[in-house]
Amino acid sequence: MGTIEVSGKSYEVDEEGYLVDLSQWNEELAGEIAKAEKIEMSESHWEVVNFLREYYNEYQIAPAVRVLTKAIGKKLGPDKGSNQYLYELFPYGPAKQACKIAGLPKPTGCV
Amino acid sequence: MLHIVNKSPGERATLDSCLAHVRPGHSVLLIEDAVYAATKGHAAAAKIQAALATAKVFVLAADLEARARAGAVIDGVVQVDYKGFVELVTQNPRVQSWL
Amino acid sequence: MSEGAIKKFLFVNRKAPYGSVYALEGLEVVLISAAFDQDVGLAFLDDGVYQLAKGQNTKAIETKNFSPTYRALEGYDIEKLYVERESLEARGLTEDDLLVDVQVLGATEMAALMDEMDVMISF
Repeated sequence: MGTIEVSGKSYEVDEEGYLVDLSQWNEELAGEIAKAEKIEMSESHWEVVNFLREYYNEYQIAPAVRVLTKAIGKKLGPDKGSNQYLYELFPYGPAKQACKIAGLPKPTGCV
Repeated sequence: MLHIVNKSPGERATLDSCLAHVRPGHSVLLIEDAVYAATKGHAAAAKIQAALATAKVFVLAADLEARARAGAVIDGVVQVDYKGFVELVTQNPRVQSWL
Repeated sequence: MSEGAIKKFLFVNRKAPYGSVYALEGLEVVLISAAFDQDVGLAFLDDGVYQLAKGQNTKAIETKNFSPTYRALEGYDIEKLYVERESLEARGLTEDDLLVDVQVLGATEMAALMDEMDVMISF
């Protein structure tokens, strides 16, 4: 357990840096988590992060990478539904890094 | 296929669920509180009797002994020890535990 | 698991969703199993059919409502969902009360299906 401080407010995160209470999420906090992951958020990054949040709202889980890739391809176009595209945006794994920035728990089955 | 049941028929419907899915040639093993079902005079004994027409029914002796029911097993039901339990599991290509 | 061999798995769900942890644990194992490219099916029998009931609202019991996750299974290429007819009928439910598309099977057909499996895992 640890905390992240943003604009005088503190947010509880687990030992791997995932937000404990996802209802606390906001874009400013996402930006801070991204900074810690050494990721500069572009519009393409936000597109994936927002997609993940929508997916979570609908299904109550963070998708596995394979499922994310397929779903992104369907929603945002086939050029974006590839491992290469997602790993360029999130080099340490789209599921791990993007989920963390989106304030979601670590995907089930993602070790 | 081996079906394993461990819940008392006096408490849950697990045995009924199991028996509804037993096909000819299958084996049923009763362990823990499920062993009561295979004892004379029990309300569920008739169901075991009926199953014996097409399937094999085994009961774990250690669990019968612990419950003082080893002397009351209905005819046709085979008592097995732990070694027999393991053999049943290894001899059958599929095992379904009715938790 | 031996390399390249695809096995037929059936996850057998027989417990209601919130009274014990079986249903949720089972669902998590199913999601993880999807990573292994096996032939995976789910069977819902007895109180397990309640897992798929439409309209679950867990706010007041302060427990996570994991029922929407069953709708995610399709995206995981898990499309074989079997529900036992007798179990639905004994609980006053019909296929229309379920939140995903399923195949309804009688107990005899379910028994035959189980007999075709390589591995069965119960929750």
